[in-house]
Amino acid sequence: MPTKSLKAQKSILASTQKQLNLLSGGIFASGELPTFSERIAVQGESSLRPRKLEILQMNIGYMCNQVCAHCHVDAGPDRKEMMTRETLEKCLKIIETTSVHTLDLTGGAPEMHLDFRWFVERAAALGVKDFIIRSNLTIILANKKYNDLPEFFKRHSIHVVSSLPFYKKEKTDSQRGDGVFQKSIQAIQMLNAVGYGQPNSGLLLDLVYNPSGAFLPGDQQALENDFKKALKTNFDIDFNQLFTITNMPISRFLDYLVASENYEEYMYALVEAYNPEALNNVMCVNTLSVRWDGYLYDCDFNQMLDLKVANPVQHLDDFDETLLQDRTICISQHCFGCTAGAGSSCQGSVV
Amino acid sequence: MKSSYYQSQDLKKFKSISDWSPELGKKFFDYYNSVFEEGALTAREKSLIALAVAHTVQCPYCIDAYTQDGLQRGVDKAEMMEAVHVAGAIRGGASLVHGVQMMEVYNKRSM
Repeated sequence: MPTKSLKAQKSILASTQKQLNLLSGGIFASGELPTFSERIAVQGESSLRPRKLEILQMNIGYMCNQVCAHCHVDAGPDRKEMMTRETLEKCLKIIETTSVHTLDLTGGAPEMHLDFRWFVERAAALGVKDFIIRSNLTIILANKKYNDLPEFFKRHSIHVVSSLPFYKKEKTDSQRGDGVFQKSIQAIQMLNAVGYGQPNSGLLLDLVYNPSGAFLPGDQQALENDFKKALKTNFDIDFNQLFTITNMPISRFLDYLVASENYEEYMYALVEAYNPEALNNVMCVNTLSVRWDGYLYDCDFNQMLDLKVANPVQHLDDFDETLLQDRTICISQHCFGCTAGAGSSCQGSVV
Repeated sequence: MKSSYYQSQDLKKFKSISDWSPELGKKFFDYYNSVFEEGALTAREKSLIALAVAHTVQCPYCIDAYTQDGLQRGVDKAEMMEAVHVAGAIRGGASLVHGVQMMEVYNKRSM
C-alpha cells in the first residue's frame, strides 16, 4: 500500500505529460490497438461534443486522510491544494445562474476543506436538485470534529456517494488501506442511523464499487444484489444503489498497472470491451469539472491529466456557459475506461 | 511454430476457430453464451462451476478466463480456492473409488 502520493514520492508518473506520453505510446503508437479517436471514428464520430450542462463537479482539494492504491487524484494527507473561498463563491454564482441542476462535490476528502461546512450551507440554500458529496466514509471517524457529519449531511439533504470496493475486508483494505473496511462499515451504520439509505427517508446513500485490481467491473445490478445481501446479513446495513466504476488508467492506478506489468493487458481489455452505446452516455457530455484553482475540465480524469477544456474559456474568472458549450471534449486513451462494457461514470454504468 | 504449445495470447483468438467452420463455430458460441446466461443458477454460480471444471480438464486458457471472470463478478480468493478443492476432491475421489476395484481383484486373486 502506498503511504505517500506519487507527487510526494517524486514518481515519474506524477507528471501528467509522462502519463499522456505513456497513454499515446507503445501499443497505441505502433497501431497494435486503435487510439480512442480512431475507435470513435469507426462509429462515425470525428469528435465528442458537449450537450447541455447539467452537472457541476467541483474538486475542492486533493487532501485526503487515505492513500488508496487506485486513486486517480493521487490524493493523500500530503496534498495541500485547496480551493479558496473566493473560488468557492464563484462556483456558487455558476450554480445560481446556469442550467446546472446537480452539484457534485469531490476531492480528496472534501470534508477536510476548511470552508467545507460554510460552502455546503450556502450551496444547499440555493436549492440544487441533487447535491452530491463524495465521502470516503472513514473521514467520519477520523476525528471527533467529523463525527457529526451524518447529521450535517441530513440537515442539508445531501446525497452521499461513498466508495466501498467490496463487502468483505480483504479486498477493501488491499485497495484503501488497513482497517478501512471496518471503519467504513461503522460509518455507514452511523449514516443509516440518521436515516440514510432507509426506505422513504429521502436521504440517499449510494456506494461505489471499484475493482480491486487490473480487471473490469462486472454487471452493476448483480454486484448490487450481492452487496445488499452481504451487507444486510453481516452488518444490518442498508444503502440505495451501487455504482460500478471502472478504474481509469491514469495517476496511481496507472502506476500500479505499470509496476505490476498489467498495463498492456488492461488496455487490451478496455479496448476490446469498447461499447458504442456507452459513448452516447459518457458523463463529459453534460458535466463540467472545476479544479481547486478555478481551471475547467471536461471531467475529473481530464483534470488529473491537466487537459483543460479546449475553449477560450478555461477558468472560472471568464465563465461563459454559451461559449463553453461550443467546444470539443479532450480525449486520450484513458477515455476507453468510460466506454468499456456497460460504460462507466461518476454515476456508475451508463448503458 | 511457436516455442510452446500454450500461448496466453491465443485465448484472445478463441473466436477464430469459426474461421474454418463458420456454421459450427456460430452454433458453438451461441450455445456457449446461452449456457452462461442467468438461469436456475446465477451467472456467478456458473462462473465458479466453470472455474472448477477448468481445473479438472486442466485448461490454462479456461483457468485464466474464469479467474478473471470471477474477479469481475466479485468472487473472492476463498470462494475460488474452495471451487478448486471441489475439482480436486472429485478428481481424487475418481481415482480412489477405483481402489474398490483394485481391492476386489486383489481379494479374488489372493488366498
